[in-house]
Amino acid sequence: MAAKISLWEKSIFKSAIVNAFRKLSVRHQIRNPVIFTVYIGSLLTSGLFIHSIFLPSEVPCYFILIISLCLWFTVIFANFAEALAEGRGKAQALALRKVRHDILAKKLSSASKKSKIKLTLSGNLHKGDIVLIEAGDFIPSDGEVIEGVASVNESAITGESAPVIRESGGDRNSVTGGTQVISDWIIVRITANPGETFIDEMISLVEGASRQKTPNELALTILLAALTLVFLFVCASSLPYTIYGASITGGKIASITVLVALFVCLAPTTIGALLSAIGIAGMDRMIQANVIALSGKAIETAGDIDILILDKTGTITLGNRQATKLIPADGVAIQTLADAAQLASLADETPEGRSIVILVKEKYGLRGRDIQEMGATFLPFTAQTRISGANLPGRQIRKGAVQAIESYIETLGGKFPESIKKDIDTIARKGGTPLVVTEGATVLGIVHLKDIVKGGIRERFAELRRMGIKTIMVTGDNQLTAAAIAAEAGVDDFLADATPEDKLKLIRRYQAEGHLVAMTGDGTNDAPALAQADVAVAMNTGTQIAKEAGNLVDLDSNPTKILEVIQIGKQLLITRGALTTFSISNDIAKYFAIIPAAFASTYPVLNTLNIMKLASPQSAILSAVIFNAFIIIFLIPLALRGVKYHAVSAEQLLRINLFIYGLGGLIIPFIGIKLIDLILVGLQWI
Amino acid sequence: MTQHNLLQMFFYFIIIILLVRPLGWYIYRVYEGKSCGLNNIFGPVEQGCYRICGIDSKQGMSWKTYLYCMLIFNMFGMLLLYLILRIQYYLPLNPESFSSIPPDLSFNTAASFVTNTNWQAYSGETSLSYLTQMLGMTVQNFLSASTGLSLFVALTRGFSRQASGTLGNYWVDMTRGTLYILLPLACILAMALSAQGVIQNLNPYQKFYALQNPIEEQTLPMGPVASQVAIEQLGSNGGGFFNVNAAHPFQNPTPLTNLLEMLAILLIPAALCYTFGMLINDRKQGWAILFIMLILLIPIAIMTVISEQQIVPNFISMDIQQTGNMEGKELRFGVFNSAFWTSLTTATSNGSVNSMLDSYTPLGVFSALWLMHLGEIAFGGVGSGMYGIIMVFIIAVFIAGLMVGRTPEYLGKKIEPFEMKMACVAILIMPLFTLLLTAIASVTTLGTSSVSNPGPHGFSQILYAFTSMGNNNGSALSGLQANTPFYNIAGGIEMLLSRYWVAIPVLAIAGSMAKKTFVPKSAGTLSTHTPLFIFFIVSVSVIIGGLSFFPSLALGPIVEHLTFWGYHGS
Repeated sequence: MAAKISLWEKSIFKSAIVNAFRKLSVRHQIRNPVIFTVYIGSLLTSGLFIHSIFLPSEVPCYFILIISLCLWFTVIFANFAEALAEGRGKAQALALRKVRHDILAKKLSSASKKSKIKLTLSGNLHKGDIVLIEAGDFIPSDGEVIEGVASVNESAITGESAPVIRESGGDRNSVTGGTQVISDWIIVRITANPGETFIDEMISLVEGASRQKTPNELALTILLAALTLVFLFVCASSLPYTIYGASITGGKIASITVLVALFVCLAPTTIGALLSAIGIAGMDRMIQANVIALSGKAIETAGDIDILILDKTGTITLGNRQATKLIPADGVAIQTLADAAQLASLADETPEGRSIVILVKEKYGLRGRDIQEMGATFLPFTAQTRISGANLPGRQIRKGAVQAIESYIETLGGKFPESIKKDIDTIARKGGTPLVVTEGATVLGIVHLKDIVKGGIRERFAELRRMGIKTIMVTGDNQLTAAAIAAEAGVDDFLADATPEDKLKLIRRYQAEGHLVAMTGDGTNDAPALAQADVAVAMNTGTQIAKEAGNLVDLDSNPTKILEVIQIGKQLLITRGALTTFSISNDIAKYFAIIPAAFASTYPVLNTLNIMKLASPQSAILSAVIFNAFIIIFLIPLALRGVKYHAVSAEQLLRINLFIYGLGGLIIPFIGIKLIDLILVGLQWI
Repeated sequence: MTQHNLLQMFFYFIIIILLVRPLGWYIYRVYEGKSCGLNNIFGPVEQGCYRICGIDSKQGMSWKTYLYCMLIFNMFGMLLLYLILRIQYYLPLNPESFSSIPPDLSFNTAASFVTNTNWQAYSGETSLSYLTQMLGMTVQNFLSASTGLSLFVALTRGFSRQASGTLGNYWVDMTRGTLYILLPLACILAMALSAQGVIQNLNPYQKFYALQNPIEEQTLPMGPVASQVAIEQLGSNGGGFFNVNAAHPFQNPTPLTNLLEMLAILLIPAALCYTFGMLINDRKQGWAILFIMLILLIPIAIMTVISEQQIVPNFISMDIQQTGNMEGKELRFGVFNSAFWTSLTTATSNGSVNSMLDSYTPLGVFSALWLMHLGEIAFGGVGSGMYGIIMVFIIAVFIAGLMVGRTPEYLGKKIEPFEMKMACVAILIMPLFTLLLTAIASVTTLGTSSVSNPGPHGFSQILYAFTSMGNNNGSALSGLQANTPFYNIAGGIEMLLSRYWVAIPVLAIAGSMAKKTFVPKSAGTLSTHTPLFIFFIVSVSVIIGGLSFFPSLALGPIVEHLTFWGYHGS
């Protein structure tokens, strides 16, 4: 899923045009206070037009008609913006719907493969039902594996074609309805009732059906409604003002058509028209990033995050420690050490062991040898000895942690050389793990095992710092190791020796200080912390419990995805703020276009204010109204794509956006209105 | 504007800025309940007040209780004043035997003084007894100013406290504000003024024969002027003892009293910026607000002076020697000191005048109207100016916050739909009432019959009246006959709503803010004291004010101005 949809996709475009007209119903319009007032204005001017056909009026009837049409177009353009955003969501939902077809499920009477199978349609499966799924079957609904292990193709939701393993117990036990088992079998307990599955939820979110206004959107709507109310009073009161003026000068009073036009131009129609489209498009961008937001509020909150808690392993570092360097003991040749280290590790299947083999091959040119041919036997690592190694004819090679080797040598009657201890200390201080290699009672040297910090992560953390977000690394490692990795990765703080409870406590502590905390997690033991965090990104590969605890689900299961989530959240708010600023700044030019035109019939001297030198009062008013309607169309792409976000400080961001949308909003309408006026005159329409 | 004028303006603001820090610090100490130097003198009085009234000074109040106490107290104040005005004739200290005031005018006057407006539809020296002036007017001058201060302090506590349900005690704030701040300042100023010749007595009006006209007996009004003028200016009340206010030689006799009174107009509103900074423990915010207010005021003040210094075009053909537009101005003060005073008094919602605004050039009237149309923000009334500009901050911070991609916050507190709703209500009231009442007055004979100059200037007179009352300012274009039942009642209601309907959202925001916890600062936090943000706030204020009133200004002073200078518009 998460198809990339072009902004001007034809089919969506067409249905959006149809829907723009359908949305003209009062029931729909009343939800948006700003556009609703334009709607009333359109009805009013339409009435005035009909009136003017039969009875003489102040202004020519064709003029009222054009104004009325322009106002209707303002409403329709607003509808169109919303319909276009919804259409894009619907296109995404369509792909998901295909996944949600009825599946014939093998319902079991008890949790055993041998129990009786009853064929049931997936729509009839309820929470707690138990089903058997075999190779080739589709998984009928969301659930958790209670028995068996299978590889599952989840490409229908994640878009990732490589199958994933799902097994009972542990952190990989959740399955999603609509995905397909490729091999083996599993028994699954269903965890969702019909219509409440993950896919159902995704569809309704993507379609925007369950979209609720977020707190910020609500606050903005209040502000826009308040501004609209002021402008309503400003325009309505202008009529009595000109009545007073006209009674003295003998001039004409301002016409109602013109005052309605003035009102529509002043009301923040641009942002009012695009507000819901911005919200829907934000959700859509999230889906394009392969993240499912379980609420619109979570996206917005993501923009406010100032603490980000990250697991060390898998997020900041690659999954496992790797050998990075060999340090020989005094008097030992490096080649001897390399040879011994390789022999001790050839049969070692642990990631550390494998990394030693790779290191000696790449750095010291030692190719892999067949250990069996050499008559060697491998001693695997055990928790008791904490040592592994290989026995060759006449040679006993061992590798292990410092203390384990120390006691091993002592039992052999040897002595641990003091000189090597300095190197061991250095490695430990750098956050590495020293592994001592011995042959018999002789220490040959040490292998430096190290956590490898992911490439580019340091830069990302620096970016976060500029955005004002503090990163905290959480790890079960000891203080020393954690400090070294924290320094290398460039995180702001770390929590060492951490248990899941510590993580929860850490989140609570920061929240008590007023911070908003984000974290990622996948395991069941992460669930309490996920539930506590303000923004919790659960990995799609994680357990059902983790997914339910989170408010965002990352289908790619990429722990650094949260950075994108934060950016999308910020972008959403910035787009709203920028268009509000633009909308309000526009009013200044509109005043200079309409006020002289509207009031010059009462006081001709007010024509002096016509600083744009617009051709006539009628062309001035028309130009302003046309500009006001068409600017909505021009800004739809911006509303859907979102304003570009720069990872800079708040101060700089405000400067940039004020310059573009504030100053731009001030100047553009002067140019636009003048141009439209020139065109109207050039075409001799006025 | 001459260099001399600029220098005078410069020194004026230097004196104000020098006084801001000590007085701001002092006010902070008073409201925080810390020792402020006058505790030995006023402490026993304060404690005595609490004991007599049975007030537990330690007990904090929720915003609703605070509001309730404020409204009840003000309501009783208004009823008392109304009563005094209605039965004035029967009360003592009425040497001129002035009759009682009719109901509509009493209502208007009571509303006017209790709301810190001091719109005067009556004429002081020909209608009010000494008792009314002292017990009615002067008392309300103190109490209404102290109420404004209390509301400001309560709002500020909303920002400085966290996870708290209380905003302090209204009775304590009122007592301390009156006792420690207004009373000592008013005493000092009153003594300085009387030393310069402002009268302070309870004598009957003096009869005399003028040298030019020894036949006709003339009357010289007397009264306890200095004590009332001091608090009138300090508390941004503005209600003069005499009808012509500070143009009267007994109220403002010398250049020095003129300077002192001008300083008193801006003194407390300016010092409160610093108090605010101290109360929220971020002085930069306080200085930033002072800066914003100065930026909004100074250019308009200069514009007023320049406009008034221009020669009047109508006089050119008549070959009349002019030093600017001197009509309606006192020769003692000249154009600069009159025009500058006007800017100060309209900016601060003080409303006292030392010249007749009705005779100002159209641009001068425009400037005065504009300063009021901004709302009570630069500098606004005592206390009310501060909470006025904080409302603008909330709205500006909201838009700016969105533009930087964060849920907006001000002083570390999140701005959510509730605060937005309340801030919008607070900002809406003034423009809505001003526009509505001006509209009603301009199409009914009730309104238009009071106009002395029909035409655009008549419209300006109506607009000015309702703008002044809607802003709790009190100055007037006196060509308008304001003492009619329509203007008295409509204006009285407008003054009451503008004052108390704004108090509700202000305290509601304070209550909701006090409950919230602080959002810690980070690089993503938008600072609200930087030059960029100051520029932004100034723009937002100008745009909100401009957009709300441009059409009405266009049909009043702008038409007048264009006609005045002979434009034809073709």
